[in-house]
Amino acid sequence: MFGNDRLGPGIRWVALAFGLAALAGCDQYPPVESVQQGYRGTGMASIDDPETLAARRAAAVAPAPLPAVPGGGPKAGAVYQNVQVLKDLDVAQFGRLMASMTAWVSPDKGCTYCHAAGNFADDSLYTKTVARRMIQMTQHLNSRWSTHVGQTGVTCYTCHGGQHIPANTWARDAGPTRRSHVAGNRAGQNAPARSVGYASLPFDPFERYLRNATNIQVNAPQALPTKPKHATNIMDAEHTYGLMMHMSEGLGVNCTFCHNSRAFANWEESRPQRTTAWYGIRMVRSANEEYIQPLASVFPPNRLGPQGDPLKVNCATCHQGLNKPLNGAQMVKDYPELAAAEGGHVVRRYAQ
Amino acid sequence: MPDYQNIFTRVQVRAAPYPGVPMEGGSSVRQGPPIFNYWLGKIGDAQLGPVYLGWLGLASLLCFFVAIEIIGLNMAASVNWNPLEFLRQLPWLALEPPSPEYGLHLPPLDKGGWWLMAGFFLTASILLWWVRMYRRARALGLGLHTTWAFASAIWLYLVLGFIRPLLMGSWSEAVPFGIFPHLDWTAAFSIRYGNLFYNPFHMLSIAFLYGSTLLFAMHGATILAVSRLGGEREIEQIVDRGTASERASLFWRWTMGFNATMESIHRWAWWFAVLCPLTGGIGILLTGTVVDNWYLWGVKHGIAPPYPPANPGGIDPASLPPGGL
Repeated sequence: MFGNDRLGPGIRWVALAFGLAALAGCDQYPPVESVQQGYRGTGMASIDDPETLAARRAAAVAPAPLPAVPGGGPKAGAVYQNVQVLKDLDVAQFGRLMASMTAWVSPDKGCTYCHAAGNFADDSLYTKTVARRMIQMTQHLNSRWSTHVGQTGVTCYTCHGGQHIPANTWARDAGPTRRSHVAGNRAGQNAPARSVGYASLPFDPFERYLRNATNIQVNAPQALPTKPKHATNIMDAEHTYGLMMHMSEGLGVNCTFCHNSRAFANWEESRPQRTTAWYGIRMVRSANEEYIQPLASVFPPNRLGPQGDPLKVNCATCHQGLNKPLNGAQMVKDYPELAAAEGGHVVRRYAQ
Repeated sequence: MPDYQNIFTRVQVRAAPYPGVPMEGGSSVRQGPPIFNYWLGKIGDAQLGPVYLGWLGLASLLCFFVAIEIIGLNMAASVNWNPLEFLRQLPWLALEPPSPEYGLHLPPLDKGGWWLMAGFFLTASILLWWVRMYRRARALGLGLHTTWAFASAIWLYLVLGFIRPLLMGSWSEAVPFGIFPHLDWTAAFSIRYGNLFYNPFHMLSIAFLYGSTLLFAMHGATILAVSRLGGEREIEQIVDRGTASERASLFWRWTMGFNATMESIHRWAWWFAVLCPLTGGIGILLTGTVVDNWYLWGVKHGIAPPYPPANPGGIDPASLPPGGL
């Protein structure tokens, strides 16, 4: 390198200094925080950018609960007309929950976002029908899905975060429109899609896995082929991969938060978080299929997705880039009525 | 004195253009008057041409053009013929093989038919080019080393896109034509079949791949380092060892105790390069046909080391009774 006589030593030093200066910033960007989470040598570590993580944490802070009110008064159903879900709740506590819901979902429009002005018993606004069903959904998630939500639970705020529509939702995605019918079929993939972390993987993992109970596990359970063949193929693996990209983005974690990447399918080598996530997928299916999809006819057209289905939940709806939604704040303990088993509702269990 | 301690070639020999050795009967003549290009001379021979295309070369180029057109026009159609979007989305765009439900049947053009057609023409192009390499090597009186080396690469290509899908009974097992999509396919392939890293032929292929780069670097560096002593005449020095050859040998004996020779280093390099796709192709061919889950195969045969479980006693929740919520 230094055998060339035409370059003086000064120029070489300048070139060297310039090269080093160009690389000088490399050790700072992006800042990386690595935490070992598994046995040494398995590469099981969380990799975080502390700055973006701090920003995501700061954006997901649970609001303080309204002051508790004593019970012992009459039931809400006895005081107000047309109370269907919370009719056995104490009337003062009922009022506190309504005030909280307003702050959680509609701080700008107040009560009239759901209630017709002058007649709170009136069901004419679609938002009231939806809200009633969403209370049942919240009770269902808190009472039946402790396998996923634990004692932390969810409230309206977990998803809504003070907005009418949660920031992260999904609706059926037919992909980019195509004019030609003889060529250029993307086959449901090969478009830069945020849903799968901008990979070229199939871009709508949600309809397939978070509404329909399509099998996610693709590995054969034994080393050698069987007859009949293990019925998954490479395309199935790409679909699964797409869902996993969403989960990774939605929770702000990498693959090894749940899996040992040398054997994705193995449950003993996976962290316990994978089991929590497994129930989470079934919980989301239940929320979408039993609570949100049936409201399709209730929503006005401007509240539906491009394919005419309601905006539904995925992992990011609650998690919003954090492995613990709202940084793990246990909001439900201050609103036990949201964890009551919903009355008379048939719970469909998801075995797979 | 030429100076070889430079990334560019420092010597450019300029003489009357060399037309090549006389051709045997039956071959058409080489085409085009040769030209000289200074910048080409920086990385290779400054003389460009004459070119021998022949019928095989022409047919191969035509087939290649057809294949690239099918792939490119399908990609363009998927962005509604918008050239800007074509450039912007190019890394994501692809021509996909038929979906699994078609098996080995002929799908409609828009559902994998184009992929089959592109694959046919690309394969025809590659095979024609291979025959051309064989015939050109023969015409020049060369050995068939490049021919067989290319055949090794073609083997891997055919296993991925033709032989294995045929054995698996589905075109959908084949690789899409596209930049990111073929990489996603690779990852999905490994995931579906339980981690390709536990496939011994994949291991061999990687060893030969990395080994090839190492040998290439060692040999290139050695020859450049002794070129001031006449080391670039390496073929002569196979049988007539000069000081360059002796010093190069001594250097490696001193540093690692063993040295290749001016002849054997080329055999090392050739075999490493050829064995890379050869073993890789075997590894792909066995996947799904003979082994369905390489990780479990690795456990069975003591390749996968046991680690303390991250979740002792962890089981698939699907195996629990549904009432266990």
